[in-house]
Amino acid sequence: MSRLQVVSGKGGTGKTTVAAALALALATEGKRTLLVEVEGRQGIAQLFETEALPYEERKIAVAPGGGEVYALAIDPELALLDYLQMFYKLGGAGRALKKLGAIDFATTIAPGLRDVLLTGKACEAVRRKDRAGRFAYDYVIMDAPPTGRITRFLNVNDEVAGLAKIGPIHNQAQAVMRVLKSKETAVHLVTLLEEMPVQETADGIAELRAAKLPVGRIVVNMVRPEVLDAADLELVRSVPRSSVARALSTAGLGGARRGGNAEKLVDPLLTQAAEYAERYALEHEQRAVLAEQGLPLHELPLLAEGMDLAGLYELATELRKQGMS
Amino acid sequence: MSPDPATTQHGISATRVLDVDPLIDDPQTRIVVCCGSGGVGKTTTAAALGLRAAERGRKVVVLTIDPARRLAQSMGIDSLDNTPRRVKGVDGDGELHAMMLDMKRTFDEIVEAHADRERAAAILSNPFYQSLSAGFAGTQEYMAMEKLGQLRARDEWDLIVVDTPPSRSALDFLDAPKRLGSFLDGRLIRLLTAPAKLGGRAGMKFLNVGMSMMTGTLGKLLGGQLLKDVQTFVAAMDTTFGGFRTRADATYKLLQAPGTAFLVVAAPERDALREAAYFVERLAAEDMPLAGLVLNRVHGSGADRLSAERALAAAENLVEPRIVDQDGGKAGLRNSPDTYGSSESPASEPAAAPAADGSPVSEPHSPGADRDVDRLTAGLLRLHAERMQLLSREQRTRDRFTALHPEVAVAEVAALPGDVHDLAGLRDIGDRLAANRPELPEARV
Repeated sequence: MSRLQVVSGKGGTGKTTVAAALALALATEGKRTLLVEVEGRQGIAQLFETEALPYEERKIAVAPGGGEVYALAIDPELALLDYLQMFYKLGGAGRALKKLGAIDFATTIAPGLRDVLLTGKACEAVRRKDRAGRFAYDYVIMDAPPTGRITRFLNVNDEVAGLAKIGPIHNQAQAVMRVLKSKETAVHLVTLLEEMPVQETADGIAELRAAKLPVGRIVVNMVRPEVLDAADLELVRSVPRSSVARALSTAGLGGARRGGNAEKLVDPLLTQAAEYAERYALEHEQRAVLAEQGLPLHELPLLAEGMDLAGLYELATELRKQGMS
Repeated sequence: MSPDPATTQHGISATRVLDVDPLIDDPQTRIVVCCGSGGVGKTTTAAALGLRAAERGRKVVVLTIDPARRLAQSMGIDSLDNTPRRVKGVDGDGELHAMMLDMKRTFDEIVEAHADRERAAAILSNPFYQSLSAGFAGTQEYMAMEKLGQLRARDEWDLIVVDTPPSRSALDFLDAPKRLGSFLDGRLIRLLTAPAKLGGRAGMKFLNVGMSMMTGTLGKLLGGQLLKDVQTFVAAMDTTFGGFRTRADATYKLLQAPGTAFLVVAAPERDALREAAYFVERLAAEDMPLAGLVLNRVHGSGADRLSAERALAAAENLVEPRIVDQDGGKAGLRNSPDTYGSSESPASEPAAAPAADGSPVSEPHSPGADRDVDRLTAGLLRLHAERMQLLSREQRTRDRFTALHPEVAVAEVAALPGDVHDLAGLRDIGDRLAANRPELPEARV
């Protein structure tokens, strides 16, 4: 199992949720995991129903069996000051740089430096060891940028190493790249069973592979339960309306005759079934596209009550059951 | 926009309704900006609005940033050439043009337009420029705004509909022009480019000391070559066109102008609406004119008077018929807490007895086919229960937003079962957007 698990996905597919559930699942049975946020949206804090996360690793949840989940929201500005402090002991000069706008310059505009710092910080947490020589975290899970930008985000170090041909940034960028391209890393993609996210997932996988970045698994999120199967859908097309009306009436929903309460339900219910059938066919097509990718496929259910902390633990259990952790 | 409360909309009677047709028909409306978090159908909304405006007689251009392939194909703009192309198959007298933003090419064009050939070549081949223009933080946002400014300046269209970059944080899009502008025009850059200009003038000694400390540190950090690339790049840019800042400010003002309308796009999900609320607040703080919220993928049901609980209980009745036999058909009523139906109480309709409308309900059927129909009907009821649960979840999220921002007009777009592939699909979305959630065939039970 790779120690750095990067979770990406199209916007709206729930990658933060999946990343958090994975962090919980991997922490089960006394392990310690670090959940890293890189986009400054405080999605993790919202998910765990806690106050905004500072730039500091702090315990955010306890997993079943005594494991611990830590969380960190990486702030690129602070990460750069950190970094300068570590290598140059800058102190006051660091503050002066900040005043001049150099930090702003370096973190927002300098080619990819921002992404170098973000990936660099995550890789540092992966490699960090305590005094006894054990890894500080068993796993580091990154809630990464969306599929459309993930390859560029992870690969930015290559580019930076090319731009800054010498110097500490160059060395740092190369060190990060070694981790990211090794078996220590797995990039998972979260998708929905819908055309656009599936297409983006397939494109993303091709890009990651072309960049020689290690693709991990596909997680299909928010899968709706199969209420009607293929046989039911076959029957829906041929069943006489009057039979359905009679059955509804038998179930206690009113009269089956024309204008009766049960009879009036038939049309809307059949309309909903037709919509379901359309989606059902579409989902089957999309599953087939995903299956062609040749990657392990996991499915997480849509939670009827919406996403909350309890739901997160439910998804974590599901991930464990499916062997993703 | 109609200020009238939507009394006909169940559940959202307190919400103002956003009427898109008057907005897109108004000749005063020149720019519509669609913004919101990723995955809410922002690009589709922009395209559908553009098509609708065109078919209602306006000359429209839609600027999309990162459309899904099929959506781009549906408008015939899958060729990435960074210029508006006329969309074929549009009904009526209006015109629809569409383009997909090519960030790098837009940047290149700015350089080519403002620099002489030699200087332009120097900038375009600079490695720092190549990285910057190919999409580091903020460039896409800036180029989208730049392109919007260009399209507006050409004045060839009545209406420009803009889709915004898929920034995860709504903030980026408003901040980017300023950020890039202030960076390229800021103190730091002037310091970096200073040596070439100041050329050892006396009285600038202090500055030069600061300079060497700065460049020294940056040089150590980035490597000397990169710093040199940056200096060359900035010097070249600086002399070729008069201040990025000015351009960024102009674009920003254009967004605040009366002819601009912002639409915040969201789906009825917690995260999307949370970001929508944030965006609404941010737009207000920046004096950007908000027209309203477009709520995509809202679900409805033609049988919404049949509650989830009652549908599930009835489904149970069908798959376990013995309970019905034993309880004389009242099993379905035990678990239904709602009063179901408008005038009649559930108790007046015991299933096994003749129903209120007098139809006999317990007829002899052939058992095998019956069991199949029963099983299917139970499935239909469970499907309905699922739909009703979804409805109430969407309702709750939406109510939370409305409570926070009662002043924001809302247009709801009924969910489609599949994706949009062609103009007909976009037209359908436009109809749904304008109709503000057409209900499915109503079933009064």
